[in-house]
Amino acid sequence: MFDYETLRVIWWALLGVLLIGFAVTDGFDLGVASLLPFVARNDAERRMVINSVGPTWEGNQVWFITGGGAIFAAWPFVYAVSFSGFYLAMFLLLAALILRPVGFKYRSKRPDAAWRSRWDWALFVGGFVPALVFGVAVGNVLLGAPFRLDSDLRSFYEGGLLGLFTPFALLCGLLSVAMLALHGATWLTFKVERGGPVHRRARSFGAVAAILTLLLFAGGGLYVAFGDIGYHMQSVADPLGQSNPLRTTTQHLAGAWISNYALHPWMLIAPVLGIGGAVLAFVGITVGAEKSSFGGSALAITGIIATVGLSMFPYILPSSIDAHSSLTVWNASSTPATLGLMLFVTAILLPIVLLYTSWAFKVMWGRVTTADVATNPDFY
Amino acid sequence: MDPGVVDLSRLQFALTALYHFLFVPLTLGLSFMLVIMEAVYVMTDRPIWRVITRFWSKLFAINFVLGVATGLTMEFQFGTNWSYFSHYVGDIFGAPLAIEGLMAFFLEATFVGLMFFGWNKMSKLAHLGVTFMVALGTNLSALWILVANGWMQNPAGATFNPETMRMEISDFGTVLFNPIAQAKFVHTVSAGYVCAAVFVLGISALYLLRGKYVGVAKRSMAVAAAFGLASSLSVVVLGDESGYALTDNQKMKLAAIEAAWHTAPAPAGITLIGIPDVAARTTRYAVEVPWVLGLIATRSLDTEVTGMSELVLKAQERITSGVVAYDAVQKLKTDPTNVRERARFELHKRDLGYALLLKAHVADPRLASPKLIAVTAWDVVPNVPLMFWSFRAMAFIGFYMIALFATAFVLASLRRHDSTRWFLRIALYSIPLPWIAIELGWMLAEIGRQPWAIEGVLPTFLATSTLSVAALWTTIIGFTVLYGALAVIEVRLMIAAIRKGPFEHVDDPVPDQSDTVVVPILPVAA
Repeated sequence: MFDYETLRVIWWALLGVLLIGFAVTDGFDLGVASLLPFVARNDAERRMVINSVGPTWEGNQVWFITGGGAIFAAWPFVYAVSFSGFYLAMFLLLAALILRPVGFKYRSKRPDAAWRSRWDWALFVGGFVPALVFGVAVGNVLLGAPFRLDSDLRSFYEGGLLGLFTPFALLCGLLSVAMLALHGATWLTFKVERGGPVHRRARSFGAVAAILTLLLFAGGGLYVAFGDIGYHMQSVADPLGQSNPLRTTTQHLAGAWISNYALHPWMLIAPVLGIGGAVLAFVGITVGAEKSSFGGSALAITGIIATVGLSMFPYILPSSIDAHSSLTVWNASSTPATLGLMLFVTAILLPIVLLYTSWAFKVMWGRVTTADVATNPDFY
Repeated sequence: MDPGVVDLSRLQFALTALYHFLFVPLTLGLSFMLVIMEAVYVMTDRPIWRVITRFWSKLFAINFVLGVATGLTMEFQFGTNWSYFSHYVGDIFGAPLAIEGLMAFFLEATFVGLMFFGWNKMSKLAHLGVTFMVALGTNLSALWILVANGWMQNPAGATFNPETMRMEISDFGTVLFNPIAQAKFVHTVSAGYVCAAVFVLGISALYLLRGKYVGVAKRSMAVAAAFGLASSLSVVVLGDESGYALTDNQKMKLAAIEAAWHTAPAPAGITLIGIPDVAARTTRYAVEVPWVLGLIATRSLDTEVTGMSELVLKAQERITSGVVAYDAVQKLKTDPTNVRERARFELHKRDLGYALLLKAHVADPRLASPKLIAVTAWDVVPNVPLMFWSFRAMAFIGFYMIALFATAFVLASLRRHDSTRWFLRIALYSIPLPWIAIELGWMLAEIGRQPWAIEGVLPTFLATSTLSVAALWTTIIGFTVLYGALAVIEVRLMIAAIRKGPFEHVDDPVPDQSDTVVVPILPVAA
């Protein structure tokens, strides 16, 4: 139905859709968890915050799991190289994410304050650490990861955990934290008691996070434009060729990550959306237009993630020590048969998922109040 | 590969998978039992069934959360620790995992929130529908992961492509309708149902022994007895044996389970018990029942069950043939258009994986002597005593479960299940047994597949990531500490919830001690 080139571009875009889907849905859960100890000061307030995401966070998290599965199915090289390379960072991420479901479910099982406070901090770790690690990982993808492939296409990674935390990667990590905290704050403004202390604090944190998002995104953009970062393809890639990364030749070239915008000016939509969304979120929070601020932060997330993808196209994971091992859209995918089949499956299942997810959100629509928390036996 | 890295990677996978699978079977079964209980509530409108459903769903929640949390590790562990595996078979293996996410995880995770939070937000029938979706989601996820696992046991529908140095899909239908996957799915979910039935049976028995919550306990027990009897029969009768004649490795697995060192004339007898002696390649003190194995494994009286020695000879031939394919692949790497090498490769490609077995002993399989090939051929035999004993323990528990539930069913039919104290005690102490059988079953399937990660295609020792031993120890210790702490917390919360009993909330009806009192619904406190 589609040729190999089209299928690869579609799956590259779908990878973006899954990552954005994850960041827009589970992103506010992560943001809410990172803000939890600060926006809510006593048990009733914390339970209100937790229950604002309680019924829906679990479904949101599946975007992450499905994203992992989809990378495996469509981009097996990326799945194999990145997760084994970022090995200890992945462990950190998984350990933090494991704390989260347990924190949500087990916190309310016992009334004593020390127990609950421990789980509050576990939830904080389960929100903050993943947000940071995701950003740091994206930073390292932009910088290139220290891996090389041998002739059997086995990947060797020559770096450690601390090597990931370079200044640029940290900046990306903080951007990710700020962006998701903003998203969490805008979620809280329309899910908790209006005008209450939590609502007030969420607005303040949200406004600060919006400004930080703008500054860090701009800072990252400046480094990408003027810093020593970027990769350039020397050979002409065959978009219909079989997936073997070693057949592409790549060179490290400063400024290469902005060359796409000169070639295809329409791609500027992405960074503009990133900035515009954050501005909209800031204005929305300030004037109390809550739904616009949530929409704004969702647009900001979409724009920022799309910016990364479009800037790097066709690269997905360049190598910093052996540029010729770099993974691109044209050399790291599954076969056309698998991509086609997975596209068919996704085209059927994803709309169904969206349908019942919207229904679930609709059923749970409305603010959660401290009074609800005190009386509803189903709440955490 | 560094043998330390291989062993530690296997250890970590085993630890995380076995731990994950402490929670999954209960989720699989209890979700369907909740559907049954809630359906009775919707149909009869008797509030006691609402109490019953809500009580078990509270225990379900405590268990479910750890299944989800530890499942995260599993989804990414192929990439983190089995990087070459992921590259080598990602084209096939990734698809069922992604479909599992789209079709199953979204379903269960989205609806589980509504199941816990939605009691007062929708009609009774709608909530029953939600509970059913959770059960459907968890069971679909078992289907897809077992399609993936079944393909590792029987990698049909794919071929190696020297251009990309990996296995690539040729027929997705074959992967999907793989008979081993189908058998595994039925066997695994049935085992999960048994697990949940024993859990409900045992805890209800505890209440009855103490004379507490009798109304809830005896009804729960009746559900468990019927559900458990059907499931335990299904586990054993529709067991895993249907695929054992299919591939060389499956034949080897069967031979190892039976400690059948040599092919016996048809129909083969089954070795009930004995002591496998690996060094002498014989089984001592064997007690055999004639004909039975031949009947089970081949469904006939005249087909032989192949013994290990004969399978090893076959492996030796396949290694020799595989070396030709390996040689051709090396030449095609530098000269992809070489027609002669391509033809040699096509002729021998189904044995390529066997040549890779030699890499455990020599860097370049082409340099292996015939003697080394003969020695390497014995690598295809898994750990025989382990297979022999774990199968017997698992099967014994399986038959014990049928007896347990048959008794429960008879007693429940006679309405004596709440007063037969010896039975209640047995039911209580049987709670751990299905978990033991299930973990043994996982070990049988996975250790029985050794030395292969993908049967006949990719040896386990080549499938790992290139990690350092230090990094692996870090994560093994990290996961052990984290999982250990969570296990302690989980068990404590479970016990606390069982102690608290079913009548915790203000909107629950008063404890119903006799059958005849119909309990009115109290209004929900606002």
